[in-house]
Amino acid sequence: MNDYVQEVGALTTRWVKRLSRERFSLLFTLAQPMVFWLIFFGNLFQKTANTDIVQAPSYIAFLAAGVVVMTILNNGLAGGTDLLFDKENGFLERMMSTPISRTSIVISRFLFVMAITSGQVLVILGVAYLYGVHPVTGLGGVAVIILIGLLFGVGLTAISMALAFSVKSHGDFFSMLGFLSLPMIFLSSALVPLSAMPGWMAILAQLNPMTWAIDAVRPLILTGWDAALPKIGIVVIVMAVFDALCLWGAARAFRKTLG
Amino acid sequence: MGLTVGGAVAIEVEHLSKTYEGTVTAVEDVSFQVSTGEVFGLLGPNGAGKTTTLRVLITVLRPSGGTARVLGLDVSEQADAVRRAIGYVPQERAIDRFLTGREHLQLLADLYHIPKNKAAARIDEVLKLVNLEQKADEVARNYSGGMKRKLDIACGLIPNPKVLFMDEPTLGLDVESRLKIWEHIRHLKARGITILLTTNYLDEADQLCDRIAIIDGGRVKAIGAPNALKSGLGGDIVTLTLAVGDLDKVEALTQIIKGQSGVKAVSTKHHVLDIRVASPEATLPAILAAVTARGCRLEFVDYHRPRLDDVFLAHTGRRMKEDV
Repeated sequence: MNDYVQEVGALTTRWVKRLSRERFSLLFTLAQPMVFWLIFFGNLFQKTANTDIVQAPSYIAFLAAGVVVMTILNNGLAGGTDLLFDKENGFLERMMSTPISRTSIVISRFLFVMAITSGQVLVILGVAYLYGVHPVTGLGGVAVIILIGLLFGVGLTAISMALAFSVKSHGDFFSMLGFLSLPMIFLSSALVPLSAMPGWMAILAQLNPMTWAIDAVRPLILTGWDAALPKIGIVVIVMAVFDALCLWGAARAFRKTLG
Repeated sequence: MGLTVGGAVAIEVEHLSKTYEGTVTAVEDVSFQVSTGEVFGLLGPNGAGKTTTLRVLITVLRPSGGTARVLGLDVSEQADAVRRAIGYVPQERAIDRFLTGREHLQLLADLYHIPKNKAAARIDEVLKLVNLEQKADEVARNYSGGMKRKLDIACGLIPNPKVLFMDEPTLGLDVESRLKIWEHIRHLKARGITILLTTNYLDEADQLCDRIAIIDGGRVKAIGAPNALKSGLGGDIVTLTLAVGDLDKVEALTQIIKGQSGVKAVSTKHHVLDIRVASPEATLPAILAAVTARGCRLEFVDYHRPRLDDVFLAHTGRRMKEDV
């Protein structure tokens, strides 16, 4: 057990050090593109968006939940990137030749990505706060939002790591991520409510776990606990299934690479 | 595990094979033994199966057939015990350019579960061993190729291994760094560490290794000490290069030389004759006399002791440089 804590601690420390030394990467990670979605996209559609349809005091207030979950999506899907480079330059093999538990590399990555994601969710909520979006459920609601993010993030990070281990080249990895990420965003309730979507898109959006996460986060910001609790119950079930599927699939890829 | 002359067996590979995705055979029926304290080289061109063999031995790749044991431990069945006993020095790219040298070693110390209070002393020790103390706290991005190689070796030494595996230890290094790395390897051997390395440099195999296995096309073609392999060819080599105009006389000349006493074998390619002789002092004058008697014009004469290059040619049918 002590051995396990020691190796996971050391591996996680390495991810943190890497990030802190890549100044630009740190800057872009914190002041990252999702803030621009909130500021530019939110303000751009402020006048065109019909507050009766989005059921929110402003479009930015509506969009906040979507951008929070988009942050979780992008972080999770990019979560395997460093492992991809480790695989390509042989660092992974160096680690695998040491007497560590085969799971600790994966666990260290989960811990790191989850920590970064939580931080970013707080940044997004902070920026939204400046635009007058004050979560009605208060700090308790913010904590639940982060927990929902972690639930969704586990599955996404698992997919990303599995992809990193399986792809033949890193070009494949990034093009597959690009291919996954935009449809996930457009086919969800991030930018418009399902009721305002063309029927076929609304159906696809309901198959998207991201929609369920957003639908639980949004009432926590806009309406209150009474509206949120049933949605939270549903999202826990949806995420349990989603995570189980992702982890099961990823475990197969891990075993193939990590032995 | 058995014993060979010279000590206990450190590494024992028997009928090892590795097939990727059921079709591509990287290694086939490879067997060899490495004695404790030896520097053993796997020599072969790129793609010969050296690295695959090494990866099986360091437990990151499962064999498709055969067995491999390190210090008596099976690499498939007792992988974790093998990992605790060995050190691994991968090729130079496996460095995290954002970490300092010391941070690499700290990470490795934690992965080998060395207690924190002992790790610092161990890290200082290996840094000193490879002369990297001065640069230990600089990020690896600023390291030269030779320094990265030293850091690699330091990482491999962190667990205080009995057996060290090195993948192409001097690939891409300049001559000076190369000689320094050789010095370090000899130093490690003197400390009693068994070393298995892969190389595609003939001189590295020749000068650094106690014994080598020549690998080509996934199979072991020859095993032995470099000098034994060379003398096993049975004689020195005299190469005659005739003028191109005398191409028609080559066949007759070959027959005459073959008949000389002291000539062991003659192989002819175009206007070049490779003649293997027992003793050049006695045979060379006779060969040159035959050339003069036939009225052949010589363009070039070369005489050399057999080189590892000739050993490679004799066992694989081609020169090592040909596929580069």
